Amino acid sequence: MTASRRPNAPPVYLDYQATTPCDPRVVEAMLPYFTEKFGNPGSLTHAYGREAAAAVEQARCQLAELIGAEPREIVFTSGATESNNTAVKGAAHFHRQFGKDHIVTLATEHKCVLESARALAEEGFRVTYVPVGRDGLVDLDRLEAAISDQTSVVSVMAAHNEIGVIQPLKEISALAHAKGALFHSDAAQAVGKMPFDVEEIGLDLASISGHKIYGPKGVGALYLRRRPRARITPLIDGGGQERAMRSGTLPVPLIVGLGRAAAIAQSEMEGETRRLLALRARLLNGLKSRFPALVLNGHAEKRLPGNLNLSFPGIKALDLIASCPGLALSTGSACTAAEVEPSYVLKALGLGEDIAGSSLRIGIGRFTTATEIDFAVEAVAAALNRLRSGPGVTSASGGTT
Amino acid sequence: MTQGPVYLDWNATAPLRPEARAAMDAALGSCGNASSVHRAGRAARRIIEQARTRVAALAGVSPEQVVMTSGGTEANALALGGFPARRLIVSAIEHDSVLENAPGASRIRVTREGVADLASLETQLARDKSPALISLMLANNETGAVQPVAEAAELAHARGALIHCDAIQAAGKLPLDLRSLGCDLLTLSAHKLGGPQGVGALILAAGIEIVPLFRGGGQERGRRAGTENLAGIAGFGAACAAASSCLADHIRVARLRDLAEARLKEIAPDAVVFAEDAPRLSNTLCIAMPGVPASTQVMALDLAGIMVSAGSACSSGKVRRSHVLEAMDAPETLSECAIRISLGWSTTESQIDRLTEAWGALYARCRASAA
Repeated sequence: MTASRRPNAPPVYLDYQATTPCDPRVVEAMLPYFTEKFGNPGSLTHAYGREAAAAVEQARCQLAELIGAEPREIVFTSGATESNNTAVKGAAHFHRQFGKDHIVTLATEHKCVLESARALAEEGFRVTYVPVGRDGLVDLDRLEAAISDQTSVVSVMAAHNEIGVIQPLKEISALAHAKGALFHSDAAQAVGKMPFDVEEIGLDLASISGHKIYGPKGVGALYLRRRPRARITPLIDGGGQERAMRSGTLPVPLIVGLGRAAAIAQSEMEGETRRLLALRARLLNGLKSRFPALVLNGHAEKRLPGNLNLSFPGIKALDLIASCPGLALSTGSACTAAEVEPSYVLKALGLGEDIAGSSLRIGIGRFTTATEIDFAVEAVAAALNRLRSGPGVTSASGGTT
Repeated sequence: MTQGPVYLDWNATAPLRPEARAAMDAALGSCGNASSVHRAGRAARRIIEQARTRVAALAGVSPEQVVMTSGGTEANALALGGFPARRLIVSAIEHDSVLENAPGASRIRVTREGVADLASLETQLARDKSPALISLMLANNETGAVQPVAEAAELAHARGALIHCDAIQAAGKLPLDLRSLGCDLLTLSAHKLGGPQGVGALILAAGIEIVPLFRGGGQERGRRAGTENLAGIAGFGAACAAASSCLADHIRVARLRDLAEARLKEIAPDAVVFAEDAPRLSNTLCIAMPGVPASTQVMALDLAGIMVSAGSACSSGKVRRSHVLEAMDAPETLSECAIRISLGWSTTESQIDRLTEAWGALYARCRASAA
């Protein structure tokens, strides 16, 4: 079995949780809306505007179908960061008038949820950060204890961006609703990658990203339940687009791309999940056979098919990345990729500084091939050998010297 | 003569410039997240920083002063929400994305020509000693009237106030320089100057910092979190560069606009042009055909393949009286008959002929049935 590649080939992309390449079918769907079909969907007085509005509504249907929502429950935004800020701050602000001044979230949420919570805390809201277990899953008893009838919103990520862990969403929804709180989920990594039905889960608010599902960057959506209505205060006011929940001229080509990406994800999900699970097993087994001390972070089964988060005890992750120029790898969330601090998520799992600093996130996806997986195993194994034989590093058993 | 569609609604959105399309095609082929440290991420970062340099050049600022956003509305919301301790003063003719994001703001009156009244601004500033944030657009989206922003900035700074300028309609149509305008904050939108929808920028004068609207991964120097819209930003940069290099084209556009205006007034001597005596954007004509509702004119023109609007696109689905024309003291019977005709770089004289012909036919029909 060879894993040879052309010299000067671009690095093998193994960072699918940071972002995904736009699917060529998505690009093809978008292109006419950049040029000849360029109308403002608010311009209903002429054909260009009506054509653009129809395209937006078709995309809204495609995305609604993927998550089991009604089209009018979809609010287009500039991305998941905006959706998360709108959901968390908007729910807290709206329900303050009813004496609810508390929100609940997890210690391992994405930065944009944690930072929104911090902004609310600065305004006087109370925030409870519920810890997670070693496997990254929330402790439902501790979550239940944290929620009170003063809680306006419980925000829990559906599938984790660093460790891929999928939370028990239905159970969380029941706990939130039992106390009259809204349930929001940052589903940027989950939607399109696993079955995700807002009715079945019992969601009130969910955040969706375009560029995590082979759509373009700069577009996302917020699912906003209509019955019973999830009430929130909008973050951006203006021309009253998106039923006044999000003003601003709609980026038609990006929305068309998001719709097409949703439709492709839906029709290919089953086969793609099987394919990714096989590739991921091949990658994990290959690496394990070369480095038996390897540790998988996060629950082994309750995780996204395209995600691995691995600790290489005794090896510094940044050294390992630097030794693999043929691979595009990361230590964790791209937002903080340039930071040298180990991930706050891994620390929340109870990992020590050393082991957290030895961890890599590996994301595979739609365009990953078996040849690339084999190349990656060889490249990482070779780098591990070089690093272990270097001065002042560690023994093969993984213990520090 | 070709009977293809005639697009004369450039103030609602402008077609993508070929330069922007080429830059976006290239960026769509690249898959990195600009915050990732690997090669794909660094390539995305380079695309964004090159675009930032081009956007900065359009406004005469340095790249670190440019905060990329999802568009003009977000940039306006960011600017107006960015100074919670300051009271807000806005002109009565601002776009809804300013007015709606400035609840409780005091209003600067405008003249009958649609130009902000500086005496009214002075009164608002003097009424209260607490620090203020003023928002005054550079050119109005409905009438094209250019506003006295530099003068307002002087008044503002003399009173310790900051000033924000919504330059969405003016950018790419007028030379733009943050320092000579004297503004502290400036909003741009890509899709009004030939870039894609879904991108804009808020430009901050040196030393100005804001409270962010979106928090998260710390992108845009912590001023606006969220994965950058790579292709959109690339297109925005290319559109800014293209717009700066063909500002001279607006002499041609102005000539076509003046031609349209002269012909429509010749057909209908009772027609009224709004902001006629004010300095105006070279591409905009807001004109009323008295007695014929705007919706009738827009639909008749649409049937003839000519696209114009009855006001701003955000609200053009509903029939609502223009707050801009109302602020100019236009009688309601006249303002409800006003349409906006806006031109751009690919507008041709034969398109103006088509407009003249269709509008003239409607005028003749309406006057005949009224007689």
